[in-house]
Amino acid sequence: MGFAFLYVPMLLLIIYSFNKSKLVPVWGGFSTRWYTELFQSQEVWDALTLSLKIGVVNATFATLLGTFAGLAMARFGRFKGRTLFSGMISAPLVMPEVITGLSLLMLFITLREFIGWPDQRGFTTITIAHITFSLAYVAVIIQSRLIGMGQDLEEAAMDLGAKPFRVLFDITLPRLAPGMIAGWLLAFTLSLDDLVIASFVTGPGANTLPILIFSRIRLGLRPDINALATIIIVTVAIGVIIAGYIMFRQQKRYNESIKMAAKTGE
Amino acid sequence: MIAPEADLAGRSSFVTRMLAWAQTAWKGIIVFLPYSWLLIFFLLPFFIVAKISIAEPIIASPPFSSLIEWSEDGILTIRLIFDNFSYIFEDDLYSSTYLNSIKISSISTLLCLLIGYPMAYGIVRSSPTTKNLLLLAIILPFWTSFLLRVYAWMGLLSDVGTINNFLIWLGVIETPIRMLYTEFAVYIGIVYTYLPFMVLPLYANMEKLDGSLNEAAADLGARPIKVFFTITLPLTIPGMVAGSLLVFIPATGEYVIPDLLGGGNVLMIGRLLYNEFNANHDWPVSAAVAIILLVLLVVPMMIYQHYQSKENEGA
Repeated sequence: MGFAFLYVPMLLLIIYSFNKSKLVPVWGGFSTRWYTELFQSQEVWDALTLSLKIGVVNATFATLLGTFAGLAMARFGRFKGRTLFSGMISAPLVMPEVITGLSLLMLFITLREFIGWPDQRGFTTITIAHITFSLAYVAVIIQSRLIGMGQDLEEAAMDLGAKPFRVLFDITLPRLAPGMIAGWLLAFTLSLDDLVIASFVTGPGANTLPILIFSRIRLGLRPDINALATIIIVTVAIGVIIAGYIMFRQQKRYNESIKMAAKTGE
Repeated sequence: MIAPEADLAGRSSFVTRMLAWAQTAWKGIIVFLPYSWLLIFFLLPFFIVAKISIAEPIIASPPFSSLIEWSEDGILTIRLIFDNFSYIFEDDLYSSTYLNSIKISSISTLLCLLIGYPMAYGIVRSSPTTKNLLLLAIILPFWTSFLLRVYAWMGLLSDVGTINNFLIWLGVIETPIRMLYTEFAVYIGIVYTYLPFMVLPLYANMEKLDGSLNEAAADLGARPIKVFFTITLPLTIPGMVAGSLLVFIPATGEYVIPDLLGGGNVLMIGRLLYNEFNANHDWPVSAAVAIILLVLLVVPMMIYQHYQSKENEGA
């Protein structure tokens, strides 16, 4: 029941994207005209390009900073200001978007007042805002992975004389790779999905895809948005299934190699 | 195998020195980078909002007065203006909107708990293969656009939408029932989009439970219902708290759902803040609205933070 509740609305959305009629809920026969119209719109392409650019830059920086933060939280023991740090990592996960958006806009305006930067709002300001909340999500993923992994291998390497820096690069980071990939994908999706924060910190002319979609659906149902939604939902579903399959296979290979190692050891 | 020192000797002295420096300073850098990022872009903005909330609106860019001014005779004056706060407290629109937001998000949280608990329980008790599939099914909507999931409900709930059309076709009703742009639609939207946030912490909690306790109780003659209420339910309180906070806190400040599904008929503070800010550009009042919302949510946020750090240290 619960699962039907989650999926039926999206299914209907997809079905109606092939509706010939301009009135969304009235079925007028099968047609792909809304898809053709969508692909011809320069506005849609521009918004998509901007969103993808922000998404990639955001995900890369957020993964880097988030991995650092996760490492610090899980492996560095107690350090000065750790409590504040952990608060700043978990707060963005629940903070209402209107507060984050408003406060970042006010920060950017104040900064421009004092240091003349950022001189205009758009790509840079949205990317900075997205990195700020995405890095918190990545940090939580990395931290829980590190805790789950345990420190046995690292300790063994240290006992054998490896320096901590080497241990990090040769042991910790390779084992963290799947977590970092998951973190990157999550940061990318969060960025692609964000409407409220981006609307606050954007400037004239810089429309991300969610901003464009929102401005259109605010006025009611739109068949072209149904088509766009279908493309997005299908792309995401395929992506998730492929990612899930790859992770499943890697996990299997990893388990097998451990079994093999155990056998050769005997 | 070459020792790292021998390896280093082969490179230029600059690289060697850089690497030597990195080998001692790397821990500091790893903490410093994300720490300073969050200080500048997460913590500092709140102080700026707090500062603006006690300033006076003026027609300028930026549109608020500065707190500290040097008057002509060289006397430093600090002006704190709490007019914005008293304005909000005296205006019925704001107080009723805050209350309504808390009411809507509390009821939605309860609904999520009532629907999510059996779902999580069902997932934990299913076979490993089904369990993975069901978990994937819970997580999948996470990855699809939030905005589009809300939009999907516009199509279902509208006067000429799928549900009304279907009911009319069945002959149950003759004229469409008004569902879109009501509080009912907002509840549906919040429960629909926030349900995974409830199910996942509950699942993580139930997964860790020790099944032998249930067996022991059953062996001692307790009925399944009694086992559930005296053992399972108390042990899943941490999951219920975490899930509820993950729904309650963001839902209170929600903007998109009340705007698209509630329209002008449902008062919620996130929507009021956003729309007032864009329409009036009254920065100090908007800042004050945000600060009050933050104060309202600070206690739930601290409980969540406490739970989160306990979770990480307990594992």
